[in-house]
Amino acid sequence: MLGYLARRVAMTLPVMGVVALIVFALLHLAPGDPASIMAGDAASPAELAEIRARLGLDAPLAVQFVTWLGQILQGNLGLSLHSHKPVAEMIGSRLGPTFSLAVATVTVSLLVAIPMGVYAAWRRGRLSDRLVMAVAVLGFSTPVFVVGYGLIYLLSLKAGWFPVQGFTALTTDPVRFLRTATLPTLTLSTVYIALVARITRSSVLEVLGEDFVRTARAKGVPEARIVLRHALRNAAVPIVTVVGSGAAFLIGGVVVTESVFNIPGLGRLVVESVLARDYPLIQSLILLLSLVYILINLAVDVLYTVFDPRIRY
Amino acid sequence: MSALTTTGSAPRRAGRLLPRGSGLSACAALVLLVIGLSALVGPLVIAADPLHIDPVNRLKLPSAAFWFGTDAMGRDVFARVVYGARTSLLVGLASAALSLVLGTLIGLLAGYFRLLDGIVMRVMDGIMAIPSIVLAVALVAVTGANLGTVLLAIVLPDFPRVVRLVRGVILGLRQEAYVEAAVSLATPTWRILLRHMLPNTLAPLIVQGSFLVASAVLTEAVLSFLGVGLPPEVPSWGNVIAEGRTYFQIRPGLIFFPGLFLALTVLNINLIGDALRDALDPKLATRR
Amino acid sequence: MTRKKRTALALLATCLALAGAPVRASDLKVVMESRLGNLDPILSASHQTRDHGYLIYDTLFGLDASQAVQPQMVESYTVSQDGKVYSFRLRDGLTWHDGKPVTAADVVASIKRWGQRDRMGMALTSITTDLAAPDDRTFALTLSQASGVVLEAFAKPSGVPLFIMPARVAATPVTEAITDYTGSGPFVFKASAYQPGVRAIYEKNPRYVPRSEAPSWFAGAKVAKVDRIERIEMPDPLTAVNALNSGEIDYLQNINVDLMPLVQTSEVTTRRLDALGYQVGYRLNHLQPPFTDKRVRQAALWAIGQGEIMQAQFGDPAHYSLCGAAFGCGLPYASDVSAAMVMTADPAKAKALLAEARYDGTPVGLIHISDIPSLSSVAPVMAQQLRAAGFKVELQAMDFMTMLSRRANQGPVSAGGWSIFVTSWHNTEIQDPLRNFMIVAEGKGSYAGWADVPQIGALTREFLTAKTQDERKAIAGRIQGIAYDEGVFAPLGSFARVSGVRKEIEGVLDAPANIFWNISKKGG
Repeated sequence: MLGYLARRVAMTLPVMGVVALIVFALLHLAPGDPASIMAGDAASPAELAEIRARLGLDAPLAVQFVTWLGQILQGNLGLSLHSHKPVAEMIGSRLGPTFSLAVATVTVSLLVAIPMGVYAAWRRGRLSDRLVMAVAVLGFSTPVFVVGYGLIYLLSLKAGWFPVQGFTALTTDPVRFLRTATLPTLTLSTVYIALVARITRSSVLEVLGEDFVRTARAKGVPEARIVLRHALRNAAVPIVTVVGSGAAFLIGGVVVTESVFNIPGLGRLVVESVLARDYPLIQSLILLLSLVYILINLAVDVLYTVFDPRIRY
Repeated sequence: MSALTTTGSAPRRAGRLLPRGSGLSACAALVLLVIGLSALVGPLVIAADPLHIDPVNRLKLPSAAFWFGTDAMGRDVFARVVYGARTSLLVGLASAALSLVLGTLIGLLAGYFRLLDGIVMRVMDGIMAIPSIVLAVALVAVTGANLGTVLLAIVLPDFPRVVRLVRGVILGLRQEAYVEAAVSLATPTWRILLRHMLPNTLAPLIVQGSFLVASAVLTEAVLSFLGVGLPPEVPSWGNVIAEGRTYFQIRPGLIFFPGLFLALTVLNINLIGDALRDALDPKLATRR
Repeated sequence: MTRKKRTALALLATCLALAGAPVRASDLKVVMESRLGNLDPILSASHQTRDHGYLIYDTLFGLDASQAVQPQMVESYTVSQDGKVYSFRLRDGLTWHDGKPVTAADVVASIKRWGQRDRMGMALTSITTDLAAPDDRTFALTLSQASGVVLEAFAKPSGVPLFIMPARVAATPVTEAITDYTGSGPFVFKASAYQPGVRAIYEKNPRYVPRSEAPSWFAGAKVAKVDRIERIEMPDPLTAVNALNSGEIDYLQNINVDLMPLVQTSEVTTRRLDALGYQVGYRLNHLQPPFTDKRVRQAALWAIGQGEIMQAQFGDPAHYSLCGAAFGCGLPYASDVSAAMVMTADPAKAKALLAEARYDGTPVGLIHISDIPSLSSVAPVMAQQLRAAGFKVELQAMDFMTMLSRRANQGPVSAGGWSIFVTSWHNTEIQDPLRNFMIVAEGKGSYAGWADVPQIGALTREFLTAKTQDERKAIAGRIQGIAYDEGVFAPLGSFARVSGVRKEIEGVLDAPANIFWNISKKGG
């Protein structure tokens, strides 16, 4: 187990290296010029040259890459081109809203989707199964921002139950947090619910066809008990897998959702930094989000061994 | 690496979208046909110019003259939505095709030549570890928004999944007796690849391709929505929605009309993709 | 609940606790039009940065509502008979936020940094022979030639205002941003609480000693009447209007004119705080075809008309005005020389000029800035007008930041270059030839467009040293005529934004920048 863990962690290192290389190449081979961004509207060509020299932008690319990588490894993410604040600090101040949103989304999704999937599997082929699955497909196909605006229109503007946009931290005002976080959570959950409900349904169906289930049935074990005890337990591995791989959708969804609901989290920071061409910030954000994604999937792999003792590496 | 390999192909792994024989795939095909036809013929039929700016008729409500109303520059939203179908489907099909070609090529080589495999797959893992929307947003932003960069931004995060798929098939085939026979008969490598291997990848590629189209249509809309997609005057569903955001409360149609078309398109492509999978690749279909 | 779960929940709670700081109900909460980026008001000419500057820095002089120059940090000053030597004395009680006194040496250092950056400051530097502080309270400026605009330059609120900073801060090279935000103004910037793109916090400066005169624009008493100002970033105009209606914020700098019907007039007062407003204008690239030919440039000016553009952008004539004056309508140097050329669209005249110049269809690369709401419709309508006159147009959409890098490209349109860019300046920034960037025509090393019309530079220098207002007015009129004739730039009209303020907020001052002293909150 420990040996497996060590090997698994070691395997992520080259991936991170490739990610770093891609991120660096992406921003340094691009035509944009950080110097003209820093210098502002009325800069003269001479001032631009001076800023370029100061930022080290005239050094060879290889040198710039090594310098940059060295700094990153020391935990120095650099300064934002615009605010001149440390990038790490800017990212840190945006973690809270995104983290609470992500946790709420995963929780809500699992609570809704697993019963949905189990129910659909149990009622397989019937109208209620088709209905549940239709909702799931719809959730997967509707763009996040259309869902968001739909919810705002119905529940905020028409019903008046929730504020249109904005975000309040849980610690500032728990009631207000619930009011502001509900719609973004529901919006973000649609894709996840669709994914998880479908995988739950198909894995439960798969298990229901297996011999030990048939045996249990023959022995007269109640159907509900079979579904909940045996089928769901065995469906855990694929569900965990989908939650892990779905993290990519979650991160993409966060970018859009925070933009729709004006939530000052990491997703909006991605859009802001990109529109402002704040290169150090963009680089660090991509690295961080990739790292999160890699770690989630690492955790998923480790969880396999917990949920399914049959898997040995 | 088991977890990373599942990335993005979630719809496939998640099993069938709907129970077989629901008649839904026929229905989906019909809806897609209508949207496709309107993208193809619509611009020839409707008189309104999706680019014409009319300062007098700004932000009009839907009426007989402007079926979906007008936007903040007085442009006809109906015309923009119909032309938008053309843009969205073009981006979707073109980027899926690019991903398939590029992915198949690299996948074939990586799967067949052991030396290449290690390096290529590490690079693919790296690309796939970057959340695709984030990669696409950054890519368009630094290279400037136009059709070419938007296609690139969709293809770059997507094609590694095709590489992985094709490589997997090829790795399996290498062990097959007829391939080993071909190798021992000194058949040229390109011939082995084209004759014996490529045809085997077709079925999964067609299925994968349909999901790539759906996700590309979505990604284009998301990029435009975030302000880093196609140039704003280009009629695309994402652009119409992005420009309507500010006026959402007074003119919800600016978001709902293009949003509806977008959701319908993606939904139906996904349904068709499912039907294709069942028809072409019975191994992938979930047990009933 | 298992122990593991409890630990996990406790961890989660801690994370959430770190997510936000408590807010007090008595704060003044403001939302500005765009985000605060750069915090160096000398390096950046951004108006958001400038308004940040007015909160935390003080100025030597200030313009009052009649546009007269009034002393602010200065107590008194003298000018020598020949107009070449100015001597200033600072008033009592000026202290930095850290408690140290403001000295004349700080002022001298601040003027020197500003003089390398601001256009008017640079003009002044070019005729300065000496700038010195004989003692802590006095400083003197010696010029090689007399100039009538020294005090105006020190007092002007836009372009780059002369904010006074501690000497150690003003020693920062002008290509580098300052990192120490100590000022002597009525509010203190809480740098530790600053979250770029989210919020900025300013607290009342208890040490500030206001002047005794009544406040008027940037002159008179700057009294901080709220303890704390929280500047919140809301990138979406719709969110901001909703937040103002619900009382989540107190002050909204700009209400999108199309969203005016949503404003709850029972809760909110709408007002034009800055009646002077902005000039929208465009410059042409003289280095590359098709605008290397003067007749083609003139054709473009005739092809483009103000009415349609401003109507498409602002919808209601109440929100904009057409203006053919290079130095602003209703301002000291307004002129109607050649105004018809820039105001009305005359496609026939444009076509004739194009035919005469044998225009070969070289495309016009028109830069469209897509992320600034007040400019979003301008370039598309211009493109439509240019096409109607027979131009071939490539509309190049990009956001403001990309525009800054792209605009530096002097190459042809086919190689990433451009032909026309649109921008806007505050009317106080363009109101005379010295501060106006749009008329700059000093060739390849100067402001983008790179027109080379030495006559404009010569006339601008004459303006700097002209003795009377009438003389200056005549010179300004001549510059305008040349600028249009040569196609250096053309104005498109002007607009003033509508601000919204909650009814419980009192004492909001009009000014051509957003100032927050004198504002109080009922029940706060």
